[in-house]
Amino acid sequence: MNKALDFYYSSIGKKVLMSVTGLFLIVFLTEHLIGNLLLFAGDEGKMYEAYGDFLVSNPVIRFIELFMFLGIFVHIIIGVILWFKNRKTRSVKYKLFRLKDNATLASRTTIISGLVIGIFLYIHLTTFFFPLRYSDEKSGAYELVVNAFSDFWYVIFYLAALFVIAYHLHHGFQSAFQTLGLRNKKYAPVLDIIAFFVWCLIPLGFAAIPIYFFFFHGSGATVIMWGF
Amino acid sequence: MNFTLKIWRQKNQKDEGRFETYEVKNISPDASFLEMLDILNNQLVLENCDPVAFDHDCREGICGSCGMMINGRAHGKGRKQATCDVRMRSFTDGETITVEPWRANPFPVIKDLIVDRSAFDRIMQAGGFISVRTGSAPDANSIPVCKDNAEEAMDAAACIGCGACVAACPNSSAMLFVAAKVSQLALLPQGQPERKERVQRMITQMDKEGFGNCSNNYACEAECPKGISVMHIARLNREFLTAKLT
Ligand code: HEM
Ligand code: SF4
Ligand code: FES
Repeated sequence: MNKALDFYYSSIGKKVLMSVTGLFLIVFLTEHLIGNLLLFAGDEGKMYEAYGDFLVSNPVIRFIELFMFLGIFVHIIIGVILWFKNRKTRSVKYKLFRLKDNATLASRTTIISGLVIGIFLYIHLTTFFFPLRYSDEKSGAYELVVNAFSDFWYVIFYLAALFVIAYHLHHGFQSAFQTLGLRNKKYAPVLDIIAFFVWCLIPLGFAAIPIYFFFFHGSGATVIMWGF
Repeated sequence: MNFTLKIWRQKNQKDEGRFETYEVKNISPDASFLEMLDILNNQLVLENCDPVAFDHDCREGICGSCGMMINGRAHGKGRKQATCDVRMRSFTDGETITVEPWRANPFPVIKDLIVDRSAFDRIMQAGGFISVRTGSAPDANSIPVCKDNAEEAMDAAACIGCGACVAACPNSSAMLFVAAKVSQLALLPQGQPERKERVQRMITQMDKEGFGNCSNNYACEAECPKGISVMHIARLNREFLTAKLT
């Protein structure tokens, strides 16, 4: 126990928690995307809802879900703790500090992108997760998706949030491997290629969903009709 | 060349400190930044003013004592140079140059541009050594070291302890310095017996001194006069994790 506490109190220990929870969230995002691709099956959501029912009724998934929420909680809390701690290491500020010459925008703004993702997450859960999980009336998941993404502003908000997630991961993915000591000169280029798939393609995959539903099932359909 | 200098002046640790503005004229473009400060100090002495205190020793980029923030950049805007390597021709004639000491709570200002970097010494005392005598040059030659490791260790050993990594880091983290020191010994046979102890003690001391947590911004590598790679930080993390978990 003492050892575990020592680890938590060390600077690297907190970073390791940050990266492990971050990577866990990325694994979840990947699974979430693959599952959501069933929305494109063209069967009015039959397969998608079957998949949803399977998730809800499976005790193993429910257990992993608990871990998910714990992971998000730990990631956010430690992210904020680290941010505050780091702010306190330089009491007298520089008059001139050109950090932007030396570090990417994504790496300098993880706390902002992170907090924006937090807000998005809350809205996302209240739109889809909580109604589906905790309300008695069984409104179909598919219907919910169609309705939500027929609203132009909701779609815009969604796409903006996905952009922020991409930005967070642009720094976060390689950062997690660096923190876990899983980077070296030889494999860093390979990791960069995998990172591209993660930060670019996962958010793009998610973005396809609101765009598709807006144009083919929602109010965007009229836009298309005018267009042709 | 002529310059306007905005330099941080602070009498001692307790003094609040402030910027003072000075003019220097007829500076040779080939003068080093420190020589330019020498000329300014001559001027100040003649005017019966206190010269600007700054740290320096080798003036050839190997001692690590001359660190200062020049126009918001550690050791100035050039890559892989210490302040003593900076030449005045890298500025434009008539430019206003802002000069500040390293700013980080573990590096308190002693006077003007000089900071106390003994926090680094205490990290070294915590584990940055080999406890037993490992022999002399002939003994070293009798221990085989693979070429890749020897090169990595030499690259890490190039760290001159200047503190630019801390100064350039948004979190005042000392990870690049500690990573260089840990890597250098972890890669060589003589460093093996104390390998796990060393990394844990040095990290504990680093945290105790009040350096921040690494956010992997990599500003340290960009500003390091010796080009120490952040891959050494990955190794430091790896060393720390294996030491803790095994
Ligand atoms: C989909 C959700 C999220 C994913 C997949 C994710 C992923 C990651 C990853 C992989 C890292 C790198 C860890 C490291 O550097 O070792 C990271 C860092 C960070 N995340 Fe997240 N994150 C998510 C949401 C959030 C949220 C909601 C916050 C809210 C505060 C947040 C705040 C941060 C901060 C502050 C860091 C930088 C920590 C540091 O470098 O010191 N993240 N994130
Ligand atoms: S790692 Fe580079 S910047 Fe940091 S103390 Fe060593 S030489 Fe200076
Ligand atoms: S004076 Fe020695 S490194 Fe600059």
